[in-house]
Amino acid sequence: MLNAFYQVMRRELLTAFRRIADVFNPLWFFIIVITLFPLGVGPEPQLLLRIAPGIIWVAALLASLLSLERLFKDDFSDGGLEQLMLSPYPLSLLVTAKIIAHWLLTGLPIILISPLIAVLLSLDLNTYWAVLFTLLIGTPILSFIGAIGVALTVGLRKGGVILSLIMLPLCIPVLIFSTMAIDAANFGQSYIGALAIMGAMLVTAITLAPFAVAASLRVSVS
Amino acid sequence: MWKWLHPYAKAQTSYELAGKLIPWFTVVCCISFAVGLVWGLAFAPADYQQGDSFRIIYIHVPAAILSMGAYTSMAVAAFIGLVWQIRLSDMAVAAMAPVGAVFTFIALFTGAAWGKPMWGAWWVWDARLTSELILLFLYLGVIALYNAFSDKVLAGRAAGILTLVGVINIPIIHYSVEWWNTLHQGASITKFDKPSIALSMLWPLLIMLLAFATFFGALMLMRFRNEILQRESHRPWVKALVMGGK
Repeated sequence: MLNAFYQVMRRELLTAFRRIADVFNPLWFFIIVITLFPLGVGPEPQLLLRIAPGIIWVAALLASLLSLERLFKDDFSDGGLEQLMLSPYPLSLLVTAKIIAHWLLTGLPIILISPLIAVLLSLDLNTYWAVLFTLLIGTPILSFIGAIGVALTVGLRKGGVILSLIMLPLCIPVLIFSTMAIDAANFGQSYIGALAIMGAMLVTAITLAPFAVAASLRVSVS
Repeated sequence: MWKWLHPYAKAQTSYELAGKLIPWFTVVCCISFAVGLVWGLAFAPADYQQGDSFRIIYIHVPAAILSMGAYTSMAVAAFIGLVWQIRLSDMAVAAMAPVGAVFTFIALFTGAAWGKPMWGAWWVWDARLTSELILLFLYLGVIALYNAFSDKVLAGRAAGILTLVGVINIPIIHYSVEWWNTLHQGASITKFDKPSIALSMLWPLLIMLLAFATFFGALMLMRFRNEILQRESHRPWVKALVMGGK
């Protein structure tokens, strides 16, 4: 069973690395959105510091939304998804592997370039740590919640708008607590509480979302 | 134990039951609406702090309670539809979603109208208001997803799954006034042992709650009947019903 999990993940990563542009595009998008804000609202460091949590998280949310479609789309059109369903292993386990692979390809790169964001938005070190921790805990939640949305809309021809309509409201709690944590760090307060709640969300998402994804896929593929 | 429920899995039986229930819901709704509105708006004493403008509570609170209640019943129906594969349950989800969305909108709108004189702002980004707004978005998402599928059987199942995922918001709305320090006041009527609202104000509120609940029930049953007719339009009994001019 663990082997199947590993194989699915390996296959996901392999296909992604064969078309490496797909991995980088959401990342460029993330950086460009973040660049837009200093240009749009003015470059004063004080102002940027104040709105940095919102900018970072809205950009991360949009970037993850943008990259979500490729989670099941290709497999849906070439029949790979049906093969996964026919396999003797539980579908929820296999989709977990796919989601984790997806996070490694979209969430992790954002975390890796986060020092660059800290420079762009003139964050201090303490705030940067908060940004790093919230991204580390928060982006997997986005992947897991988003997977439910993609699984529900993958069979639709114009699924993109519907996907954002149903996924963004579900992601608002993540946005609220992550910006709360970064804000607290900004003012030099402790942000462990907000991080703990996000951790709870992550655990809930990891345990429950795969079942919802599996059920949704069965609806979409039938 | 549950055997008596089994006949209602058949669309025709449910259709007829809904038809029998609608008049009852409508009558109770009309009476309690009339009594509750007149009592609440004209005879209940004015609030010592808020004066007469508190009277919007008689619309705001029942709509808000029902907006969450409607979502919870949608979630229950969706769960039944998913676990026991009962198609009628999915139809019920689809029938309830727009009604619940309108109730949510009414709650938000009356809340804004109440907030302007009391807080000095139409809208504040406080926990309860925000989570109620998210609830509206969830409703809209469910409706959008349902309409996006051309195959209504699949649409019902997909909307059901989304409903169940979104149900996590309901306890957040309910407890938001206790978990966070918000501008929105705490619960007044759920503490039945010692309600923090005077009885002369509480009674009309409870009657209005009954009015809204039966209003929701009547609307939902009408939509449910339409949903059944649309989906079962190829069945002989529907054809007979339509041809019979009934």
